Amino acid sequence: MPLYHNEDQAMLADTAAQFMAEEGSIKNQLRHWRDKECKDGFGHELWKQFAEMGFTGILVGEDDGGMGMGNVEAGIVLEQIGRNLTPSPFLTSSVLAATALNNGSTDLRGRYLPGLVSGESVFAVAIDEGAKHRPERIKTKAEKSGNGFKLSGQKDFVIHGASADMIVVAARTSGDDDDADGITLFAVPKDAANMSQDTVRLVDSSMATHTKFDGVELDGDAVIGEVDGGREILNKILNAGRIGSAAEGCGVAGGAMDMTIDYLKQRKQFGKLIGEFQALQHRAAHLYSEVEVARAVTIKAGQLLDGESEKSELMVSVAKAKVGRAASLAVKEGVQMHGGIGMTDEYDIGLYMKRDRALQEFLGDAYYHAERVAQLSGY
Amino acid sequence: MADLDTFREETSAWLEANCPAEMRKPVRDDDDVYWGGRYATFKNDAQKAWFEACRERGYTVPAWPKAYGGAGLTAAEAKVLRQEMSRIGARPPLSSFGIWMLGPALLQFGTEGQKQRFLNEIARGEIRWCQGYSEPGSGSDLVSMQTFGEDKGDHWQVNGQKIWTSYADHADWIFCLVRTDKDNKYQGITFMLYDMTNEGVSTKPILLISGNSPFCETFFDDVKVPKSYGEDCPGFVGEINRGWDVAKYLLGHEREMISGMGGGERTAAIGAALKRHAGEFDPVLRAELAMFDVDALAFTAMGEKFMDEMKSGKGHPAQPNMMKYVGTELNKRRHELMMSAGGSRSLEWDSDETGGGKPSRNWLRTKANSIEGGTSEVMLNVVSKRILDLPGA
Repeated sequence: MPLYHNEDQAMLADTAAQFMAEEGSIKNQLRHWRDKECKDGFGHELWKQFAEMGFTGILVGEDDGGMGMGNVEAGIVLEQIGRNLTPSPFLTSSVLAATALNNGSTDLRGRYLPGLVSGESVFAVAIDEGAKHRPERIKTKAEKSGNGFKLSGQKDFVIHGASADMIVVAARTSGDDDDADGITLFAVPKDAANMSQDTVRLVDSSMATHTKFDGVELDGDAVIGEVDGGREILNKILNAGRIGSAAEGCGVAGGAMDMTIDYLKQRKQFGKLIGEFQALQHRAAHLYSEVEVARAVTIKAGQLLDGESEKSELMVSVAKAKVGRAASLAVKEGVQMHGGIGMTDEYDIGLYMKRDRALQEFLGDAYYHAERVAQLSGY
Repeated sequence: MADLDTFREETSAWLEANCPAEMRKPVRDDDDVYWGGRYATFKNDAQKAWFEACRERGYTVPAWPKAYGGAGLTAAEAKVLRQEMSRIGARPPLSSFGIWMLGPALLQFGTEGQKQRFLNEIARGEIRWCQGYSEPGSGSDLVSMQTFGEDKGDHWQVNGQKIWTSYADHADWIFCLVRTDKDNKYQGITFMLYDMTNEGVSTKPILLISGNSPFCETFFDDVKVPKSYGEDCPGFVGEINRGWDVAKYLLGHEREMISGMGGGERTAAIGAALKRHAGEFDPVLRAELAMFDVDALAFTAMGEKFMDEMKSGKGHPAQPNMMKYVGTELNKRRHELMMSAGGSRSLEWDSDETGGGKPSRNWLRTKANSIEGGTSEVMLNVVSKRILDLPGA
């Protein structure tokens, strides 16, 4: 498969680009909801429009009313989301939760997927425990209780946790904290008793929760997949989410870079356009190179994941790490090359810097994934 | 798609039957690969058998048309062949500047007569070419070159000096930039082809920091260069005084080639291989290796994307400059890390254990990667100007 978009994918990219630039623009969405101090951090109207565009069910199977597409296609939408900093529950609901539910029972799929596809529902995924992403260790416990389970523990960095109609929770049903086995995934409804959410606004104006489970009672039919067999599904969720964040990161990097290069062609100092200075040209050209490489490995890893290649695990981590570095460079160079106005709230470049920071941390930063590359490579 | 699968099966079977086991070991020395030419000898029977098998099938230059000694493979087929060769670790059957550089220039700018003669000679490994570009006073600013060919009717009389001529002392013929109009900087250069045994041509190897001498100074002292080698076979490529167009086109190929050096899926990541030799790493070195492997594996994907886009005409024409910049900087970093992982052993200059100082000599050699064929700084200039469209660049 060549490493560029086929005709259908190119069409999807055009559609998504136009839609995000118009409906999902920084002015219409991110700034609008931020300035209103919206408790969701995104607009439900836009989420409905996502549904009309067919985006919400992009990873949902056709039998379940979705588009039955792959991670490459989800990445195409996410790149445009990144480019426009469009706040939406797409990554958490349509990528992470959808990947979880695709592995669930007919009953679970029937309960949750129609709402996702129609844009009525928003889902979240609760994986992290503590401030750093470390899904190898899961302490949150789900103990057998009657016909069901009793959930206790705390999850952090649950994006859209308070807005979600259902939260996918990874919990331990057997073994020790660091065991690979003994994990079970649960679909926890928002009105579950003994669940409390402490909502926090993040630097990029997105909303997250610290979610506490204090003996939350769940029926057996809340289990996604098999009891104690959740690690495999969790890995699928993580891979999809990581390549999705990488794709969004490519958009953030590309958006920040384009803005900055435009600025170099407008701003004059010392009687010259600052883009004429070789010191800036070389940094811009280096940045371009890094962003191109990041894009390439993101498409590659997406294709490998969709093709269920055994190399996908490694390459997804390579992509998340590479995009992390490239996007971070893009926003830092962006602010610096904009000079003083780069520090102002009025200019959008700072918003890219904030989004990049949050996206870096989501599902493992470049350090985490480089470490993973070393481990998967055997050193 | 089905055709391609069939082609893959056939190719794989053919390689299995024709590529000797010895030719599937990594290339360690220059003479592990056959370079061809009048003075060439085979290192061993396996090298000869592998070269001859490929020559018969057109696989020394698989994507060239059959009429010129190639196999006429489509882009997709050529990719499959590369993948299958890479999978079994097959060495290239023939390496030469004729294949990488002059060939593509002739395919683009040559006359039918030139293609018939020179491409076939290159494909069959009969002529080894060298490249006369840089001069002592013209490195990055190549177009300022002064080697001059005085028009003498049916030939030019060439005087001047080239430098960094790779393997000039082993080469049969040279493709050479010669000024034929002193008043016209860009449109006063002719891309000439001539025999290195012509009277007045001499070469002198340059000893490098690696202790090796792959490059030469090449001198031209009243060298007679014919304007024609027979019907439809001029002694220059393209038009007289328009050699810069050919040179620029060819530099693109050189940049692609250098950017790919040390690349390939088999050698992209180094951490695991180094651990087998070095044992445990210091934690900070291990971290740097991990970051390197991220960049190297990502660049492997970039290489694949670059090839796919170039072949389908989707790529930006200046993209080879970006590839060259990233690929060479990466290769320098790779060798710095290999030296660090190897410790004091890698400092040995001529011990048997290091194959005669391979680690340190190779490390030093890579420093030229970001100088030859256009420096990293020139590559960044070109990206700024042609891709980013920055002002005044």
